[in-house]
Amino acid sequence: MSDTGDLPQALSNPVTLPELLADLEPVRSVRTPIRLVYDFVPSTAAQAYLRAYSDKRILGHRSPVDGAVFVPPRGVDPRYGVAIDETVDLADTGHVGNFCVTHLPIPGRDDLEIPYVSAWIHLDGADVGFLGLVAGCPSEDVRIGMRVRAVWKPDDQLGPTAENILYWEPTGEPDVPVEEAGNRAWRGEDDG
Amino acid sequence: MVQPEPLRADVVVEYPFTRTTGPVVGAFLTGMREGILLGVRRPDGTILVPPTEYDPVSSDPLTEMVEVGQAGVVETWTWVDPPRPQSPWDAPHGLAMICLDGADTPMLHGVLVDSPAEMFTGMRVEAVWATERVGHIADLEGFRPVEAEAALE
Repeated sequence: MSDTGDLPQALSNPVTLPELLADLEPVRSVRTPIRLVYDFVPSTAAQAYLRAYSDKRILGHRSPVDGAVFVPPRGVDPRYGVAIDETVDLADTGHVGNFCVTHLPIPGRDDLEIPYVSAWIHLDGADVGFLGLVAGCPSEDVRIGMRVRAVWKPDDQLGPTAENILYWEPTGEPDVPVEEAGNRAWRGEDDG
Repeated sequence: MVQPEPLRADVVVEYPFTRTTGPVVGAFLTGMREGILLGVRRPDGTILVPPTEYDPVSSDPLTEMVEVGQAGVVETWTWVDPPRPQSPWDAPHGLAMICLDGADTPMLHGVLVDSPAEMFTGMRVEAVWATERVGHIADLEGFRPVEAEAALE
């Protein structure tokens, strides 16, 4: 057997090998990638949402219960199970509700330069956040409450996809106070 | 209202797992890399191919790896046409339980022939190895019929 160095003690018993293999470096691991390909057909609400991206519009759904606006639109208010049919146009500006700086690459996402910042973007007029990338400033400058705007792909590259928004960049406006950022204000109302 | 053509997209979920093999499967795959086939001997002398770390009846550890033959007999088979998109094989092929010479259990692998008319239970087949081998089951490309060997039996 070859030297196992600092490897932890194996739980298995050592094996005896045919002469031919006795002095060779043994295989210790094997790659077993798993891959599932889904044929995704969006719901009616998601189809409208994605088509609107072609015109640089972001759609939300307004709840008939209390007027809360959800993005992306799902066709229902998930809190009450009530159908929603009122669509609203949302601004492409908002603030960072929460964020995460990632220093590890994601296999299959060579387009992401590390470190990258993923964030919950709370659009002006929406009551929940949705996920986006924040760029256009050093990652250490990103903070909860920072005002951001969408950076869109060039008009001739637009399609029915959320990928039209390349990332969210700082606007330079004053921050939303931390106690009002993200879902905090909305939750407070809801709980009260 | 006229419905527009629905949007569709492929959504791919992919994980690049690397698994540790343990000593028995590791030895089996080391054999693959070197172009030989290994089994493991049970206390009663019978040989399991592919090898397992533990005896399927007594659960005792099994540790004696032994080389078995490069040829064997098709015990049962089916025909695969077309192969699934992520199959190791691009072309239609047999998929067979093959009991290698010296082994007491059959292993599942492909039989590389052009049509099911060339397949039959009891046919003798031999291993076809990839030129470049890395220690993976795919180092064994499959099995092909052994020609004109029946006379030697």
